Amino acid sequence: MAELQLRSVEKTYGNGYKAVHGIDLDVEEGEFMVLVGPSGCAKSTTLRMIAGLETITGGEVRIGDTVVNDLVPGKRGIAMVFQNYALYPHMKVTKNLSFGLRLKGVAKPRIAAATDEVSGILEIEQLLDRLPKQLSGGQAQRVALGRALIKSPDVFLFDEPLSNLDAKLRASMRVRITDLHKRLRDEGRPATVVYVTHDQVEAMTMGDRICVMKDGRIMQVADPQTLYARPANAFVAGFIGMPEMNLVDAVLTRDGGVPQLTVAGQTVAVRDGLAGRITAADGPVRLGIRPQHLDVVDPDAADAFTGEITTTEFLGHEVNLHVRLGGEPLVAVTPADDTTTALGRGDRVGLKPRGAKVHLFAPGDEGENISLGTH
Amino acid sequence: MVDATDMVPATAASREPATMLAPKKKRPSRAGAIVRYGLLIVVGLVMIYPLLWLIGASFKTNQEIFSTPWFWPQNPTFQGYIDGWQTSTPYTFGRFFFNSLCIVVPKVIGTAVSSTLVAYGFARFDFPGKKLLFGVLIATLLLPDVVTRIPQYLLFRELGWLDTFLPLFVPQWFAWEAFFVFMLIQFLRAIPREMEEAARVDGANTMQTLIFIVVPMLKPAIISVCLFQFMWTMNDFLGPLIYISSVENYPISLALRLAIDTTEAFNWNEILAMTVLALTPSLVVFFIAQKYFIEGIATGGVKG
Ligand SMILES: Nc1ncnc2c1ncn2[C@@H]1O[C@H](COP(=O)(O)OP(=O)(O)OP(=O)(O)O)[C@@H](O)[C@H]1O
Ligand SMILES: [Mg+2]
Repeated sequence: MAELQLRSVEKTYGNGYKAVHGIDLDVEEGEFMVLVGPSGCAKSTTLRMIAGLETITGGEVRIGDTVVNDLVPGKRGIAMVFQNYALYPHMKVTKNLSFGLRLKGVAKPRIAAATDEVSGILEIEQLLDRLPKQLSGGQAQRVALGRALIKSPDVFLFDEPLSNLDAKLRASMRVRITDLHKRLRDEGRPATVVYVTHDQVEAMTMGDRICVMKDGRIMQVADPQTLYARPANAFVAGFIGMPEMNLVDAVLTRDGGVPQLTVAGQTVAVRDGLAGRITAADGPVRLGIRPQHLDVVDPDAADAFTGEITTTEFLGHEVNLHVRLGGEPLVAVTPADDTTTALGRGDRVGLKPRGAKVHLFAPGDEGENISLGTH
Repeated sequence: MVDATDMVPATAASREPATMLAPKKKRPSRAGAIVRYGLLIVVGLVMIYPLLWLIGASFKTNQEIFSTPWFWPQNPTFQGYIDGWQTSTPYTFGRFFFNSLCIVVPKVIGTAVSSTLVAYGFARFDFPGKKLLFGVLIATLLLPDVVTRIPQYLLFRELGWLDTFLPLFVPQWFAWEAFFVFMLIQFLRAIPREMEEAARVDGANTMQTLIFIVVPMLKPAIISVCLFQFMWTMNDFLGPLIYISSVENYPISLALRLAIDTTEAFNWNEILAMTVLALTPSLVVFFIAQKYFIEGIATGGVKG
């Protein structure tokens, strides 16, 4: 019910460690924003600064029109769901749900009505008389969700809420949370959400937009499609997508307008879909190509790299081919048919990159994407 | 967790093979158990016999007490209790019980409240000089009691608190017993902070978090603290001996000695009877709170 703004937010911990290096982030009202990144990239730190559980050592956090830097968590209009549920162990589910409202001195009948509504939405009516230790993980997480929901906060904060659940339950909770978000939006009380996860499936399926972080910095903020199709740099490209995007060192040259890529001594011309997008001069680059965008062709075919298979992974409908190209490993995903399933270790194959799907990055782990065109 | 532990015997039982071997295998372990428990019972009896003797002897006549080591009284009598209760002073023993209560209750409450506050501060907050202060706190653990007796006496004399109960419980209102503070800190460290953070997000301030969230989770440890303090205070002899001078203010521990002092021929049955009475509160309280007591000592008994 309010937008959230981070303006050059920094965090230096008491021990002098600088975890967050000036983050700018705008989350619109009713938006589902996912923070994703590898372990230790300060997702939790950022979320906890928004919540008020960590002090903000630089910059500004705004919720709605208010700068909340110096407000205690209870006054920020937020609710948080923790990874370990953090239910109050000595209170029954009802009391867990209503603790915040009781502290605020809300009248009993209103608390009862709110509890009814929330437990109905989350299907926890039959659990109301239980203690947290009598709940399964999924049930406990639903109660934790209810405890956030009952306060109708301006901003919902989630810190890896599903990571303690098994895969099946995680999938169903994922749907439940996104459904709930849509439902609140349809009911005209949209909830602004910041959701931390390290699981890219959660990120891609749940987020309206995704904020990819690394080492306390934002790498890219975009909707899932953009993130996948137009990664801003090599880190984002490698982080999003399964299996990981192939990233190999290459040298870019041009032959009469046709870009040529040299990888491990093999030079391949990329004829369509790339030339117009390149925004850098010739020279060393990182070639990024998703395994799904490498077509398996005959060895030594034109415009294709040729390498030797090291491993094949048969997945039923697809086969993952791990190929060595000189020193560079490449992975290709190809539909399982008679020819591809017959391939084995030691066989030579040709891999032809689809021009429209080729990405070029400046050298380095976080090399900027130099194949996004000029707009 | 509860489910998991409940499951164990069930699966173990179902896994036992229904073969002829099973009962044979079991027999030696049963014999072993008999030996083990037999030994434990014997040792336990040896330990508890003095107590049994004490209780038995309190129902004996004065002559019988030293004539047989057997604890069971031949002609049980309440005379020891009746005479002992009257005491050789103008006050009944009830007065001394009341005096003890006047010390124990404020002392136990003060200890629990102040130790919890201090432990919460040390365990959950960062403040300048925290390390130093914590070091000082722990250092007092190593300080022998005797060293502070005289300065304390002088202090309380200046305050005009001699022959009152105040010196016996006021210090405890200021987290006097570092041991308890330390015990609570250790217990708190084993409790994840997330519950408290959730409470803060729910709008609780520091005090509300302490009262509504931390204290309930600390309950087993706090009960242990209360129990220890209760038992130590009931048994404390030196403290009252130093500060209490008039008989009307005597707590039980001093009153028991009174009986020994004043009579030339000791009425042992009276003394023993009153000793039994003096023991009763501690025993009763201990057995009521036993469950929490053990939970509290086994630090880290928190679901992780
Ligand atoms: N209290 C603290 N004092 C000092 N450094 C800390 C503290 N808490 C976290 N850090 C450091 O800050 C960095 C970011 O931590 P944070 O918990 O935010 O990571 P994260 O992205 O949530 O990782 P994860 O996915 O593992 O939860 C880490 O390098 C961590 O070691
Ligand atoms: Mg984290």
